[in-house]
Amino acid sequence: MSDMRMDGELSIRQRMAGLLPRMDTPIVPKNSIAGRALVAVVAIMTFLASLTVGAVMLVRAAASDWQSDVSREITIQVRPEAGQSFEGQIERAVEVAREFSGVGEVRAFSAEESARLLEPWLGSGAALQDLPVPRIIVVRLAPNATLDLAQLRKLLSERVAGASIDDHRAWMDRMRAMSNTTILGGIGVLLLMVAATMLSVAFATRGAMAANRPIVEVLHFIGATDGFIAGQFQRHFLVLGLEGGLIGGAAAVVVFMLAAVAGKWGFGLAGGEQLAMLFGTFVLRIEGYLAIVAQAILIAVVTGFTSRQTVNQTLRTVE
Amino acid sequence: MVVAVRYPVQANRGADRGGVEIGLVRFENVGLRYGLGPEVLRDLTFHIEPNSFQFLTGPSGAGKTSLLRLLFLSLKPTRGLISIFGNDVVTLSKDELSVLRRRIGIVFQDFRLLDHMTTYENVALPFRVAGKDEDSYRGEVMELLHWVGLGERVTALPPVLSGGEKQRAAIARAVIAQPQLLLADEPTGNVDPSLAQRLLRLFVELNKSGTTVVIATHDIGLMDQYDARRLVLHDGRLHAYD
Repeated sequence: MSDMRMDGELSIRQRMAGLLPRMDTPIVPKNSIAGRALVAVVAIMTFLASLTVGAVMLVRAAASDWQSDVSREITIQVRPEAGQSFEGQIERAVEVAREFSGVGEVRAFSAEESARLLEPWLGSGAALQDLPVPRIIVVRLAPNATLDLAQLRKLLSERVAGASIDDHRAWMDRMRAMSNTTILGGIGVLLLMVAATMLSVAFATRGAMAANRPIVEVLHFIGATDGFIAGQFQRHFLVLGLEGGLIGGAAAVVVFMLAAVAGKWGFGLAGGEQLAMLFGTFVLRIEGYLAIVAQAILIAVVTGFTSRQTVNQTLRTVE
Repeated sequence: MVVAVRYPVQANRGADRGGVEIGLVRFENVGLRYGLGPEVLRDLTFHIEPNSFQFLTGPSGAGKTSLLRLLFLSLKPTRGLISIFGNDVVTLSKDELSVLRRRIGIVFQDFRLLDHMTTYENVALPFRVAGKDEDSYRGEVMELLHWVGLGERVTALPPVLSGGEKQRAAIARAVIAQPQLLLADEPTGNVDPSLAQRLLRLFVELNKSGTTVVIATHDIGLMDQYDARRLVLHDGRLHAYD
């Protein structure tokens, strides 16, 4: 029993109190197979969700660019009328447009340019001068100006026979519908991914709770409240969620950065130009990167919240 | 021979906490059944007085573990009254039960130490759970570890401790927060007779320093070494031999 004898208890207390490393072992063991699997699941989910958000933001930005370009421009179409000089009709239409308030630039397509527009359908060398092919006049709005489209339409119909205006509204409506559908689809995919993440986390938490049930019981028996135990598990899973979210979000950021670099390399090639036309420069703006970071944090918070709910449910079964 | 050991906490702790309660634990006509099965404990009526020492014994299957679970508030009775520290346990919420458990120390037969934590961390766990700052209890934990002979094993993990060391660590964890009631389930079941004797002396010293002790055991040799009250469970009924 000599090992149980206390000699100089105060000096031992004083000596030992400062010598030990601080107690910082987490109550819930940090490394486990379930924990690593959960980090992988959260990382993959965050990566896919970030790709979805990034892609949706690219489409939205591209659609917005197209719309703003197109909405600053209208087209006057002049059809040849019997008994009138076609060139005279075009000149009058250009005059009317130039004199109209709010118009910046007016350019009539020549007969050769009109023929080139039709080449994809009629082939080269078609004798278009014998056909009643309408002529296009492109009217660009002056910067920050608004246009009274109804007045212009009225003036043209009065002064130029066979002239009509296309303000691209139908095309813009289709574009808007397309981009809205893409955004809605993206949100739907995102919600599904968040739901899948929550389910994965719930299963992982249950697994971890089952594996750590002896710890839960010991904590319970030494007087830990349910709130304390749930807090320990929530902290554990929040850290795992943050880890997974950061890995997945960082991977998505790298992918978008590589895509931007690849887009620059591909500029000038046919495929690259096609992509640039559709998606602009394929560069995610700062809002996109912020959205990815916010998403990684959101998924970590969802992980923490889901684990707390699951832990609380499990604790109700522990007497 | 019992060596003079000095438990490094104050005596008369019941009085320090607002006066000695008459009947630390009170059972009145308590019955317990699991689900729709037969009653495993029947008509238990007994008191445990403050600062008392008793053995709880009986053949296997007599209901010792069930009675211990009632005592450490892990189960609620299906009938009758259980009053612990003056509280009717049936009326308490889960969180109130948790707070009450902090006044009860438990030593499990299988130790139930957390394998990923050091001996020091295991023993200090009740303080951590109570939300205390480590600086306020570090010295106290170290002192107790020395007192139970684990002063050189503070940073060891439980898997590398011997059976006796684990048992002493489990006892240290149970008493570190100075519980008013100490429950031990077969504390000498996994150790040799010599260590069993030492552990019994440890419990006796704890009792002398003011802790009420209940030791569940079927080791008659152990009970013969110390003259104390015996609560004998047989066929779900309790007989007290003072």
